[in-house]
This record gives sequence, C-alpha cells and structure tokens, in this order.
Amino acid sequence: MPESAGGLTLEVKDLVTAYGAIKALNGVSLTVPAGSITAVLGANGAGKSSLLRSLSGLVKPRSGSVQLDGKEIAGRAPEDVVQLGMSHVPEGRGVIAELTVDDNLRLGGLWRKDKADRTRALEEAYALFPPLDQRRKRLAMTLSGGERQMLAIGRALVARPRVLLLDEPSLGLAPRITAQIMGLVRRLCDETGLTVLLVEQNARSALSVADHGIVLNLGSVVASDKPAKLRADDNLRHAYLGF
Amino acid sequence: MARFLSVTLGGLSGGFVYAAVALSLVLIWRATRVLNFAQGAMAMFTAYLAYRVIEHGASYWVALVVALVAGLVMGAVVERVLVRPVENGPPLNAVVVTLGVFIIVEGLAGMFFGGTPHRYPTHFSNVNYTFGDVSALAPFDIWVIVAVAVVAVLLGALFRYTDVGLRMRAAAFEGEVARMLGVRVGRMLTLGWALAAVIGALAAVLVSPNVPLSPTSMDAVFVFGFTGAVIGGLDSPVGALIGGVGIGLLLNYVAAYAGGDLQTLAALAVLVLVLMVKPNGLFSTTVSRRV
Repeated sequence: MPESAGGLTLEVKDLVTAYGAIKALNGVSLTVPAGSITAVLGANGAGKSSLLRSLSGLVKPRSGSVQLDGKEIAGRAPEDVVQLGMSHVPEGRGVIAELTVDDNLRLGGLWRKDKADRTRALEEAYALFPPLDQRRKRLAMTLSGGERQMLAIGRALVARPRVLLLDEPSLGLAPRITAQIMGLVRRLCDETGLTVLLVEQNARSALSVADHGIVLNLGSVVASDKPAKLRADDNLRHAYLGF
Repeated sequence: MARFLSVTLGGLSGGFVYAAVALSLVLIWRATRVLNFAQGAMAMFTAYLAYRVIEHGASYWVALVVALVAGLVMGAVVERVLVRPVENGPPLNAVVVTLGVFIIVEGLAGMFFGGTPHRYPTHFSNVNYTFGDVSALAPFDIWVIVAVAVVAVLLGALFRYTDVGLRMRAAAFEGEVARMLGVRVGRMLTLGWALAAVIGALAAVLVSPNVPLSPTSMDAVFVFGFTGAVIGGLDSPVGALIGGVGIGLLLNYVAAYAGGDLQTLAALAVLVLVLMVKPNGLFSTTVSRRV
C-alpha cells in the first residue's frame, strides 16, 4: 500500500531536458495522484520517453523539479530512484536476454534488504504471470514479445514500487495481448494502490484504462484532461492522437 | 605413444596458466568491453611483490596471499582511476590507456626490482612422476592445474549462485537496465577488474618458477593467454579455459615435434585460422559486435 494513498505521489514542475542543443522537454509540469493511471500521449519525438528517462534518472534534467511523495529526486541516479520507490520499465522492455526468466525477476529485488519479502514478491510476480512461472529456467531471449513485457513489468514489481513508469508496453504486441497487459495494469492500480505513469503511442488503448491523460507535443504539455474529454476533442485527436 | 602422452601431459600445466590469463581477460572484456593489455604486466608486478616477501623470509603461501591481495587492489585502482574516465569513450581510448598502464608498470618494475631475472621458488617438487614409459606432471604441475581449476570453479559458482554474481552479469550484459533495477554498476565493474587481476596474479605466481621473473617475463604468457581467450571467444569463460589449455598443449606439441622456435608462429597461425573461420571464437554465444 502506498504511504500517501489519496495524496500526491509524483509531482513534476517545469522539467527541462536537453540533448546537447536539442530540447526534448520544454518545461513539463504534471501531477500523478496516488493509485491512479496517467497516460502520456503524443506522436513520435514528442518527448514521451525523454520524460520517463528524466524522471527515472537515466537522463539528468537541465532544470525543474521532480517530487516523489514530497521528496525532491530530480537528477538522482537511476539506481537511487528505484530504491526510493519508482521503477521504470523501458521501451523495448529491457529484459536481459542472456539471463534466465528467474534471474531477470530476482534482479528486480536484489537491492532490497528484506530477503523474505523479496522471495514473497518474486512468487507474487509468478502468480500474476503464469506463463513466466512455466518458464523460470528458460533464457529470456526465448520468450515471446508479450512474455517479455510481462517479465519486464513483473521485474519492476518485485522492487515493490509505489510508482511505475511504463514506456510503450503495447509496442510490437498483438491487440489481444496489449488489452491483457493494460487490464492487468488497471487491476494492479485498483488492488494494490500502485501509481502508474503510462507512456503510449497507442492512445486509444491507453485512454481506455487511464484516469487522466496528458498530451505532449515537441516537449510541452498541450492538453491535460479526463480521457473522455480528450477523446471528445476532435482537433486534439486528429492532430496528436492519431485516431 | 608414450612420448605423445608425456608431451600432452607436459603441456597441461602451461596450458592452465594460459587459461588463467585468458579467463582474467574474458572477465574484463565481458564487464567493460575493454581488452586489458596491461594484464600481464600487472600480474608480473604482484609476483615481484610476493617474491620480495619471500626474500624477507615469508612462506610460499603468505607470499601467494600477498600477490592475490596486491592484484585485487591494483585491479580496482586501475579501473577506478584510469579506465573509468574512458570507459564510455571510443574503444581506442581504452586501448591506449591500458597500453600506457602496461608501459608504466613494466617501467616501475624495472626501477624497483631491476632487470635481472629471478627464479620464483616453488613449494612443490619439480620432479616428474613416471608411469612406465611416460614421464610427466611433477607435483608442482599438479598444484598449478588444481589451483587454476579451483579458482575457475569458484568463479563459476560466484557468477551462477550468488546475488553479487547475478549483479555482475547484469551489469556486464545491460549496464543501463541494471542501473534501473538498482544495481550499482560502477562497483560491479570495479569488482570485475579486481577479480581479474587476482586471477592474473595467481597466473604470475604459478608461471614464474618456470619463466624467471623479470619486468617483461609475463609478456609472452600474456600473448599466449590472449590467444587462448580469442580462440575460445572473448565472451566465454568456458571458452577461455579451453582455449588456454589448448594453446598450452599446442605449444608443447610444436616444441616437441617441430622445434621450439616455431611455437610463437604456431600460436599465431591458429589465432589467424580461428579468426578467419569463426571470428567470435569457438565458444562465444553472443552476436558479433564491431570492435
């Protein structure tokens, strides 16, 4: 259970990230309430992945603030951010192909001191994803795309995060598998109070599970509203959401 | 047949030393994608320290521990201080740095210890056992083989069965992903270099009774160990062991049946052949990368 259930979990203010002279984020502000799913939408190059990479510390933001339960974490190293309670599932899933399913999953919780709970979290992940349970000793490179996505999410959950950053979970997956994964994320939110920032190219399926939607364009927030409102806005849909 | 057996067994202890050097190079390569050209020189330096300790009256075993600890510290310091700043740069930068370390360490050894070769003492007899017509494998050779084998098994167990081993593998395969999972990747790389230097130190202590210790005495050992590592595949610890032992056997066969002058040439020929036929080495499983 999140400590601040109902309160603010993740609060981002005026975040600026640049690669050399090219600005990827141009002063992004957003608030993700605890226990909810916020979808971040937008075209390729809108800054969606840069936002997640800046939050999790893979890229150091130039300026701005990132607060996790009131604690400033902007610019912290990724290995610190995960230990502060925010896990990032990268685009392309980032499972380590040369390791077994079990090794990948265990890796997610290795930093935690509580060994008994580590094991518990591991078994919970297996219970959540039965296909992984049947393939514990197989190398991750033998998994299908959907199974890899399950492994990446399961591995992040083993760290027992309060906030989960999900980058394009639907990438390369069949619609049926995508729906399954989205449904599962929704369930995790409802049942465990997990807070999710969900980056998606696939706006339709992301909005179907999100509590709130944010549209990015060229590194700036151009819209922030309830999914129903975003869907109802024809201009927005045609310009940025592609459906 | 008896001669062939003697020659084969005679090549084993040298082969296990090359295997140790190959293993140490593979450890570093897997962790940081750097080929450490200073590996032999660093190992030579630790063997000199051990030799000094023996000169002051310490036992073979105390000296061995001194060499291993010196290797541990040296490997960690070299990675942290010299290699870390170039790790993410173009590969050539790291090559230049390790070549620089190689030259400096050999220079320092010459300054501190002089150029006269010293025969490192052995704790074991160098007299071969004889079984019928076959005469090979002195107790010292057995010690060399057992020591390297034990270290290889321990290392394998470390990687396979421990949490720190899993962290090291993750850091080596996917550094960025490992960081996102809370692994302190920098520490794992330092640890990898330190362990590699420990194995290098062991190799130097094991080979120096046969190749008298001098500032350049590990150069040839490094070259043969490197050849073994490349043959086995720089990514594969098992390949390194097999490649190293294979080179040891090959060198002994060539010396016995074709003449000692041809040893280096034969090693080069095998290296070129393997690189032509299977550029990733015989046992590497990873996809080819441009280096």
